[in-house]
Amino acid sequence: MRKRIGHTEIEVNDEGYLIDFSQWTKEIGECIADENGICLTDRHWEVINYIHEKFQKDEPLSIRGIKKSGVINIKEFYQLFPGGPLKKATMIAGIPKPKSCI
Amino acid sequence: MKNLVILGAGTSGTIMANHLYNQLPKKSWSITIVDQYKTHYYQPGFLFLPFDIYTTKQVKKNGKKFIPKGVDYLQQRIEQIIPEKQTVLLEQGDKLSYDILIIATGTKIAPEEVEGMAGPMWYKNIFDFYTYEGAKALRDKLRKWEGGKLVVHITEMPIKCPVAPLEFAFLADSYFKNKGIRDKVEITFVTPLGGAFTKPKATKALHYLLEEKGINEVTDFNIERVDYKNNKIIDYADTAVAYDLLVTVPTNMGDAFIERSGMGDDLNFVPTDKATLQTRAHKNIFAIGDATNLPTSKAGSVAHFEAEILTENILRYIDGKPLKAEFDGHANCFVETGNGKALLIDFNYTHEPVEGTFPFPGVGPLQLLKESRTNHMGKMAFRWVYWNMLIKGVHIPFISAKMSKKGKRFEEVR
Repeated sequence: MRKRIGHTEIEVNDEGYLIDFSQWTKEIGECIADENGICLTDRHWEVINYIHEKFQKDEPLSIRGIKKSGVINIKEFYQLFPGGPLKKATMIAGIPKPKSCI
Repeated sequence: MKNLVILGAGTSGTIMANHLYNQLPKKSWSITIVDQYKTHYYQPGFLFLPFDIYTTKQVKKNGKKFIPKGVDYLQQRIEQIIPEKQTVLLEQGDKLSYDILIIATGTKIAPEEVEGMAGPMWYKNIFDFYTYEGAKALRDKLRKWEGGKLVVHITEMPIKCPVAPLEFAFLADSYFKNKGIRDKVEITFVTPLGGAFTKPKATKALHYLLEEKGINEVTDFNIERVDYKNNKIIDYADTAVAYDLLVTVPTNMGDAFIERSGMGDDLNFVPTDKATLQTRAHKNIFAIGDATNLPTSKAGSVAHFEAEILTENILRYIDGKPLKAEFDGHANCFVETGNGKALLIDFNYTHEPVEGTFPFPGVGPLQLLKESRTNHMGKMAFRWVYWNMLIKGVHIPFISAKMSKKGKRFEEVR
């Protein structure tokens, strides 16, 4: 599925997750956040940067990882990305949502 | 004489001992395997034990029986690996030196990671079914349970056999129907992920199972604590789910000695190259099965496929040849859906489970991602295959370590 953001066209899956991370830009992140009713602050960006670091190292994301990251505590993580914080944060960061095998 | 040491005599370790005993030159290599436990469990059977489908005798055997006679089998607890000295310290102060080390110590449940879980109600109305003890205690509980709210719960990912909790919910539905008390039981499936099914194809093909069986779904639930006094699980968003009987899959972690050796990640899993199975930190240490941090399922089928590639890579390592970067994350799992039916899924790092036939393209007899009785027969027959072929490292005909794309309807996962 193609989607237009500003002047760029990106590819997303049925749920709105980017298919190719190389298409991600800060602007795209802001637009996706906006659609989810989230206005990105510096705190949000710190979390997104941490998510990108984990993604580039091929390490799975988890609530435990967030807790141990030193970047943010869980209560604040829920406040920043209400209603499924890992799901929303990964969508804004342009990476796949955490999955199981089926 | 050179030493190859295998830590752990579970599925992976036992298969490796058998493969390597056949392949390594006996004049120049000796093989030692270390495991503190005497019993080898057929872990897929833990799913059936609570429902009285399997007996305790069917899921356990003496582990030594499956280790070749020429391999030294040490029944001791592992204290620590000291990679700089190429030494493993054992519980009683013994030291074991190695030229090549294979870590195959798997994963275990850590209910103490969640407040209130392993408290006074553990094995009273809070159970796991990932251990022999847990599955057996749950069986005894279910035999006399008269109904109420059954909550099947996953604490956090990754877990061993990620479909097992869902299978448990399906089998529970059948079990209570057969007992004639299904109307007295409310089944709720609680997961930290976005759904009971998380991949688009599987969700589309299989979501009907939850509806058909009347299983409620609570998603994106990241547990903070168990309020065992009021029988509720509570997540970080303060959502509460009430239970009368909680069947949870606690946090899964690698063995504590991995942490003592400074070799693990947050969950004590060993960072391992996902294609060669060499550990990231040490060239002469390899890891296999649930003990690794590989982004594939923690499952016996994965261990079986990894073992073929790891055996080859160990021989290459000994010969000073470059390792083959061949492991593709292949997993192949039966999924019990209740009422004497099962599905089969086949997938790897890059391909999600799809529809098709297995192992013969276009023929089957097993059908992928579809419920059938034949698939269920396959799962039941697998116990024999496990004890008689799989852990002995006997090649299973027509099933290859790398996933075959024939007879399957694919789209690349991107």
